[in-house]
Amino acid sequence: MGRTLAEKILLAHCEVDEIAPGDFVMVDVDVVMANDLGGPHAARELVTMGVDRVFDPSKIVVVADHLMPAKDIQAAELLKVLKGWCDRQGVTYYDQGRGGIEHTVLVEEGWVVPGSMIVGADSHSCTYGALGAFGTGMGATDIAGAMALGRFWQIVPGTIVVEFSGARNAFVTGKDMILAVIAEIGVAGATNMALEFVGDGARALGIDERLAVSNMAVEAGADTGIFPADEITASYLEGRTNRPWAAERTDEDAEIAARVRIDLPGVPPLVALPHSPGNVVPVSEAAGRKIDQVYIGNCANGTMTDLRQAAEVLTGRSVHRDCRAIIVPASQRIYRQALAEGLLDAFVEAGCIVMTPTCGACLGGHSGIIAAGESAVTTTNRNFKGRMGSSESFVHLANAWVAAAAAVAGEIVHPADVVGKEAA
Amino acid sequence: MTLEGRAVVIDQDDVDTDVMYPGRFIGILDDREMATHLFEGLDPTLRDQLVGDTILVAGLNFGTGSSRENVPAAMRAAGIRCVVAKSFARIFQRNCINLGVPAVPCPEAVAAARPGSRIRVEIDTGVVVVDGSVFLATALPPFMVELLNAGGLAPWIRSGRGGGTR
Repeated sequence: MGRTLAEKILLAHCEVDEIAPGDFVMVDVDVVMANDLGGPHAARELVTMGVDRVFDPSKIVVVADHLMPAKDIQAAELLKVLKGWCDRQGVTYYDQGRGGIEHTVLVEEGWVVPGSMIVGADSHSCTYGALGAFGTGMGATDIAGAMALGRFWQIVPGTIVVEFSGARNAFVTGKDMILAVIAEIGVAGATNMALEFVGDGARALGIDERLAVSNMAVEAGADTGIFPADEITASYLEGRTNRPWAAERTDEDAEIAARVRIDLPGVPPLVALPHSPGNVVPVSEAAGRKIDQVYIGNCANGTMTDLRQAAEVLTGRSVHRDCRAIIVPASQRIYRQALAEGLLDAFVEAGCIVMTPTCGACLGGHSGIIAAGESAVTTTNRNFKGRMGSSESFVHLANAWVAAAAAVAGEIVHPADVVGKEAA
Repeated sequence: MTLEGRAVVIDQDDVDTDVMYPGRFIGILDDREMATHLFEGLDPTLRDQLVGDTILVAGLNFGTGSSRENVPAAMRAAGIRCVVAKSFARIFQRNCINLGVPAVPCPEAVAAARPGSRIRVEIDTGVVVVDGSVFLATALPPFMVELLNAGGLAPWIRSGRGGGTR
């Protein structure tokens, strides 16, 4: 019997010779990631565990992003404690102004290679699947355990193969592709499963859009969401990492839990309506909803690809007078690139707020909270009730084209209605 | 390990960790302080029902979303002894087990439970008794039971059962 890609990665990190879905295994990690929320929690749990030193400082990376720039004194204290802990442990720390949003930073800085096993104290650690890694999210105690032992407990997931078939329509991005998957299988449809993204529509995606797809695998309940590595992956990693890797793929005769086919010619730009990422409709069905805030950023869609799409809409146009637009490049590297390309200038000229990389408002933490009765269009990954602020507010998830068009129109519109049919 | 208590029921599916513990409180490190914000975005009056002997009863895909451990930590601090749900989101169930809070999937027991029901959960066998009616949950994998019996992942590692640190 053949093996799935997820099983092959797990097997390479276990002491057993055979595994099957549902098996319990202890799994060795290549990288353990924590941010400024899970990090301080994990540091405290390590003390409870009686562990003075992490198992291998070279395999642990910490990123300040959720609370930074410190939103209040409590946040400032946590960031201070975290930096001190990282320095004492000798682990890599991307401090404020040095990195950006965790998942984007780990990918950009070469921590993620195909076949690697990466655990992160953040549910969107599944993002690493974009590069063919098994990335998975967990809580702070789990992460402390991985920092102590260099391994973690895991139930072997089954695999759902998602085939993206055919050519995309204009203004359709990786965001729409994963929203289409979640709409198809449901927000718990991949619980205890790995998603694997294949087909000509998957292979056609650049790394930025693969990141957007893998990022929201957890919104279908998945452990991870993996793109088999290919020449696009290899080209992205060229000069970015010296970690060894080899491309693996699912065997022809591997046991697959389910197959899902998404025919891209039938997928328009999509919107996830409040209050669930699975509440997905074509943008035309959401059109006309008045929007108070647009937020373009986060670990799913704060890439150069997203910013270029947004700039194509916003350059030479203005944010609607009854709307505000917040742009958050996902990393310092992206911020500088967007600066060099003149995108940030175009955003500011259009009346946008351009922020430093941070998770801030995505999780309702700071820097873009919305009030009762307000509606937002965001390129983020969650639109749960109260996610971005008031329990009486409304978040719509969409791609950067749709978000930027909403900023200009002050309501949800098809991006073609703002920039014309041919632009994308 | 056997837990007994009275049911507090959340009669919804897909209850996410954001509504159970909103992001604006996420920087709090003290468990008892976390407990004062539990269920803030869902129904803050649920907190008044938590009097120290709670078996929390919930629907499908309970705990979906963010990996924030504040939720089970606040639950434990608020006297929730066990969670019985129709099903769990993976990360939330991990977090519960790691903190020593049993998270037992048993749809039949959830269907039978009413607010205030007397519930007994036998972790090793998967037996769930609701007001005298007996149901059988899919037993938790032996390793989860081992973690729960140890009091969670931290005491399990402290006792050296993780094979030692490397």
